Amino acid sequence: MRVTVIDYKAGNLTSVVKALRHLGADVTVTENLADVGSAERIVLPGVGHFAATQFLEDHHLKSAIQEKIAAGTPFLGICVGLQWLFAGSSEAPNCPGLAAFPEMCERFAPGKKVPHVGWNSLAIRPASRLFAGIPENSFAYFTHSWRAPVTSATAAVTDYGEPGDLQGETFSAAVEHRNVMGVQFHPEKSGETGLRVLRNFLEWRAC
Amino acid sequence: MLTKRIIACLDVRDGRVVKGVQFVDLIDAGDPAELAARHAAAGADEIVFLDITATHEGRGTLLDSVRRTAQRIFVPFTVGGGIRTADDATAIFEAGADKISINSSALATPGLIGAIGARFGAQAVIVAIDARRKGGSPEDAEVFVAGGRKPTGRRAVEWAREAESRGAGEILLTSMDSDGTRAGFDCVLTAAVSQAVQIPVIASGGAGNATHFTQVFGEGKADAALAASIFHFGIHDVRTLKEELQRDGIPVRLPC
Repeated sequence: MRVTVIDYKAGNLTSVVKALRHLGADVTVTENLADVGSAERIVLPGVGHFAATQFLEDHHLKSAIQEKIAAGTPFLGICVGLQWLFAGSSEAPNCPGLAAFPEMCERFAPGKKVPHVGWNSLAIRPASRLFAGIPENSFAYFTHSWRAPVTSATAAVTDYGEPGDLQGETFSAAVEHRNVMGVQFHPEKSGETGLRVLRNFLEWRAC
Repeated sequence: MLTKRIIACLDVRDGRVVKGVQFVDLIDAGDPAELAARHAAAGADEIVFLDITATHEGRGTLLDSVRRTAQRIFVPFTVGGGIRTADDATAIFEAGADKISINSSALATPGLIGAIGARFGAQAVIVAIDARRKGGSPEDAEVFVAGGRKPTGRRAVEWAREAESRGAGEILLTSMDSDGTRAGFDCVLTAAVSQAVQIPVIASGGAGNATHFTQVFGEGKADAALAASIFHFGIHDVRTLKEELQRDGIPVRLPC
């Protein structure tokens, strides 16, 4: 299983690469356009500010990724990598995302601690292939202040509510549309659940 | 619902765990990688590796231990102790840590918080605060450095606010009054700090039984709690602790 991890200078890739290698993947870490062109699978990790994705535009990686996605290459965005699949984020309004999904990412509403840090549960949509074999209400590790809305592309929903807070605030913990997938949580830090998500991605085939 | 985190802490000197959570049935109870893997398997939500190596020569051993420990676990992994510069932090991240914890160096050079955050994200920077209030008001609790030996004249609540404004991702608050007593966390101090900041607060110092965790997550308003030697004294492992907390109505990651 060959997988190309795109390094766009947004945080530490060590854990993502370690988890993929643990699963037996042959990992290439790159910012090189040619490497993206020949990728069999693409992982776009990333923590920190949405503006870091400007690097992808500046280095022509965005259009290269767009072409790969159109050609059917499996793509997984992690954290900011998920948010980048949307039209953009209010965190960096002048920095458009890939717009594979038309909505915008917004900051959590006031009234609760932000960032949302820790283990939260996943309400999984039954048809999801990314979550195949993962029980409903499994936990994943999150750390983020902006979140993507729940849409028709949502593969798992998470609720950041305080205990006793009936309203809560639900968001897309994962999105999935054909070969385009994204997770807001960190699968490389989410124990067995996270490793299973990565394995499902590595084994994903067009059907 | 977001769960409350139970964090297992290992104190490591020259590559060996010298105190903290231990298991009697381990062949090598002093190996941090082995212990970290055991805690993760038992349901620890995170692992903190605190390096208490006194000498500069020990740093190479530290990085090797961090690397070996990181290889074994797939939950968040924090390393603290002796990080004085952004380059120190970089070396630890490259060895596999997800977060670093800084204490004395953050007080001496507050710009370090933002400098590390700029390179690795705010979520990767924990500011550890050791505070003592001697029964006084939590607002007057004083910050100590150098392993609790040196008073700074700074107030813990005010320093936590500054650390947040400088870009800390979390606060690790140790009550020096409670530490080692096994009589419970300082819930009053923890609540004062937790309510003063928007970022998560990890409570540390004083854990003796499951009820203490219930108290610090409730009245103490902690987002996470650090457990170390509690596992010597009646609670077998993290999973047992979490089962008790769940019975008390505290949201925890279970099954894990």
